[in-house]
Amino acid sequence: MALVIVLVLLVVGSVVFHFVSPWWFTPVASNWSSIDDTIAITFYITGFVFVAVNLFLAYTIYRFRYNPNRRARYEPENKKLEIWLTAITAVGVAVMLAPGLVVWADFVTVPEGADEIEVVGEQWQWSYRFPGEDGVLGKVDARYIGPDNLFGMSPNDEAGLDDILINSNELHLPIDRPVKVNLRSKDVLHDFAVSEFRVKMDLVPGLVSYLWFTPTRTGKFDILCMELCGIAHYAMRGYVVVDEQADFDDWLGQQKTWADIKGMAPGDAVAGKNQYTICASCHGQNGEGNETMNAPRLAGLQTWYVERQLKYYQQGIRGANAGDSFGQQMAPMAGMLADETAIRDVAAYIVGLKATPSKASANGDIKRGAHSYVTCGACHGAEAQGNYALSAPRLAGQSDWYLRRQLENFQLGIRGAHKSDSYGHQMVLMAKTLQDEQAVDDLLAYLNSI
Amino acid sequence: MEHVAIADQVDELHDPDTFITKYVWSQDHKVIAIQYSLTAIFVGLVALVLSGLMRLQLGFPDSFDFIDPGSYLQFVTMHGMIMVIYLLTALFLGGFGNYMIPLMIGARDMVFPYLNMMSFWFYLLSVIILLSSFFAPGGPTGAGWTLYPPQAILQGTPGYDWGIILMLVSLAVFIIAFTMGGLNYVTTVLQARTRGMTLMRMPLTIWGIFTATILGLLAFPALLVSAIMMLLDKLLGTSFFMPAIVSLGESMDYTGGSPVLFQHLFWFFGHPEVYIVALPAFGLVSDVLATHARKNIFGYRMMVWAIVAIGGLSFVVWAHHMYVSGMNPYFGFFFATTTLIIAIPTAIKVYNWVLTLWHGNIHLTVPMLFAIGFIFTFTHGGLTGLFLGNVVIDLPLSDTYFVVAHFHMVMGVSPIMVLFAALYHWYPLITGRMLNVKLGQAHFWFTFLGTYAIYLPMHYLGFLGVPRRYFATGDTSFIPESAQTLNAGITVSALIVGAAQLIFLYNAFYSFRKGEKAGHNPWQATSLEWQTPDVPPRHGNWGEKLPVVYRWAYDYSVPGTKEDFVPQTVPPEEVPMSAGDTVGDNV
Repeated sequence: MALVIVLVLLVVGSVVFHFVSPWWFTPVASNWSSIDDTIAITFYITGFVFVAVNLFLAYTIYRFRYNPNRRARYEPENKKLEIWLTAITAVGVAVMLAPGLVVWADFVTVPEGADEIEVVGEQWQWSYRFPGEDGVLGKVDARYIGPDNLFGMSPNDEAGLDDILINSNELHLPIDRPVKVNLRSKDVLHDFAVSEFRVKMDLVPGLVSYLWFTPTRTGKFDILCMELCGIAHYAMRGYVVVDEQADFDDWLGQQKTWADIKGMAPGDAVAGKNQYTICASCHGQNGEGNETMNAPRLAGLQTWYVERQLKYYQQGIRGANAGDSFGQQMAPMAGMLADETAIRDVAAYIVGLKATPSKASANGDIKRGAHSYVTCGACHGAEAQGNYALSAPRLAGQSDWYLRRQLENFQLGIRGAHKSDSYGHQMVLMAKTLQDEQAVDDLLAYLNSI
Repeated sequence: MEHVAIADQVDELHDPDTFITKYVWSQDHKVIAIQYSLTAIFVGLVALVLSGLMRLQLGFPDSFDFIDPGSYLQFVTMHGMIMVIYLLTALFLGGFGNYMIPLMIGARDMVFPYLNMMSFWFYLLSVIILLSSFFAPGGPTGAGWTLYPPQAILQGTPGYDWGIILMLVSLAVFIIAFTMGGLNYVTTVLQARTRGMTLMRMPLTIWGIFTATILGLLAFPALLVSAIMMLLDKLLGTSFFMPAIVSLGESMDYTGGSPVLFQHLFWFFGHPEVYIVALPAFGLVSDVLATHARKNIFGYRMMVWAIVAIGGLSFVVWAHHMYVSGMNPYFGFFFATTTLIIAIPTAIKVYNWVLTLWHGNIHLTVPMLFAIGFIFTFTHGGLTGLFLGNVVIDLPLSDTYFVVAHFHMVMGVSPIMVLFAALYHWYPLITGRMLNVKLGQAHFWFTFLGTYAIYLPMHYLGFLGVPRRYFATGDTSFIPESAQTLNAGITVSALIVGAAQLIFLYNAFYSFRKGEKAGHNPWQATSLEWQTPDVPPRHGNWGEKLPVVYRWAYDYSVPGTKEDFVPQTVPPEEVPMSAGDTVGDNV
């Protein structure tokens, strides 16, 4: 008898849970409310069947419970009943399927005049491409991809020159304009998914897949990768910001075209040397760093990393957090670099600096550290040499006091928490895999040993 | 002159006489079944522990320093692969298939006993290779149980070197083992049925196992070729599944391959695999329900045709796992339609199980509790499949916890409900002793309520959009704090359910020595396996003479008979009739 009561309670409880659950679809922010309607139809039908079948089951168990004085009815078949049940089920299935197929027909048919953009996935970050004035995305190919051509733009296709390349995890889109998103992957499978837009699609290396939607609400939405893509899958985050048209135009106007990027002169190390004199007072003549001044080692850092950090300091993405007093010192210093050329020049100078090895102070278990480093090494490289393709800076040779402080800052959200610091956001997630100080010391001891 | 096949002649039995030939290097289908089952249960316990570790991380992130993002993915992968292939497939077919087929159709053994023995040893080898990857450099693969290339064989995925190689080799060996066993099951069912055992008199258990085996023989080759092709991509640098790629900043030498091709091959196997597990479960549960409700299975012929129809349709629905894979989206129309059509025969099966109980005389024995638990959980899991199968609803839900909850309900919890129903039901036949009822009931309640507490709320994390295969969700704008609380609750339920399985293990060990003697046919069942001269059945199963079958397997509560069951071996003229006063249904 307990079983009967439990079955009834489970049915009632499930229905109640459904209505009181705080976990439900995010409010839709695209034209795909038709998907929500299809779900509602399916919910009504399946919910009814769930309740009906299980209540009937409970009643049957109660009504026909064991009684030594009674016999079961001998009834091998009941053709009529079976045909009726089959027919009703078929109708129910058709009622669910038909609207689903209608909405799917919408999904596979991109409306004419939709804007086209491209989303590029790679381990473990997003980047984006707009077609520029000609409205045509230039040809790309994996074999052209390199440090100077992150998007693999074809050198032979003029249509690519005005393409706008967004080498950042943040995408902006204008409201109320249908957009066809072409999806491309450089390495493994990924999946472009924005919960509020409802639609998602895999990115597959070797082919271009697509989806389309019309954003209907301004705001900032998370892009999650939803197809397992390796060790940092869960940290592959991006953002899509839906703007009013004017804001969008502003933003797009600030972005660089492929022609701009190709035409940029390399940083001038000689000019950078002059800029560096101010830096040298804390970071040292050879970029060796100075612990008493809380200035990290700069020698050995890659140009693209130095450039990005300097920009972050200028824009308040780094060094603006109240808990980051040393970063607050750095921010006005970075502000003294007049423009992007100055930043590129000083970075070009820094990359040429040679300094004596840093002093090792961490006291930890190298073997355990090596074990933790397996995760880090996926991006930072087996030799901790860093990797431009993953936006992961060099760690080898860096002073351990500085790395310790940065790991702590990431763990506490002092660094990497700014909404525009999506690479830092990855490190917030990753730094948390080091559970205690000993784990950090072990890791640093290992890094010192490389 | 009556023809007797050579294999059925008593002097051909060759009773094993040493310990080795009897229990280790055995060709007796019952011993092989037990070997298969114990191995599967052992490896299943490993997978259960792995799921506990995963749940610890999800419920209480940043608390356990031995779980990092890489090892988390390794737990996920190994848990999934072990449960689907090495536990469920092996236990239903290698375990129950082996034990039940000869006994239920009235054969002395499988038609190829030596091949049957080899099947087990190859299976054991595949398990050893699989488990050895835990000790290989870099550990087991963390590519997810679907093993999708390119990531499965590229840096950036745990176990991309030794782990994935050992996994693929293990799968290949498993498939060899399955093929040897599978050919045996099919041939035995077709060729070794005893006199009177027509196809339409077979218990549904046999129909389920038989159809599932045919599915396996047709589906596993797709997995075999994809495993071999991926091994070639990994070891020889071929490009079956690998297009031109820049991996972690380095250009690879691959060109021209297709990752989507792998997915088609994988799911061409993978979807039938769902039914390779489900169909034997459908069969077994039908027989448990009929026996303990003292009533014939309702709509037997419809049930048989439903099994066959589901088996056939299961080969034309595979790409519903790939709606968002980047394949040509027009496939969606076809596969959504076939997928929802498969719901019809499946629904018929559910109706017929419930209608079997209707006007029955229901004994709420432990096997019956689990069988009813199956109807409930399978209905739930089947209905959520209608969401995911309907292509456009799959867009928001795919790769979220809704999928995880759905397939655990339909392919985890409900087959496991049947496994336990079957183990409690047939344990007396296999060991000659009854399992303890009180412990069995406790085991049922923890398992049934505990798993529902895990998976019902998990669907709602999916509605919210929480992605699966995430080590941690961190700070995500649309995921509220309460989702973490819910995850902690799910973890607690999961740990309780995991621990509750110890009750079963204890019961099985304790009852094996101390359990009440079962005697002959303790459930008063009609089917052949309960009519053996000895319990447990001895080598050769039937003593001197093979049984002869006179009726179907469901003559329960036949009007006018003295007992409420008539075994298949009783000729019409020997059925004991009652005086005529308590006939039929008098409710």
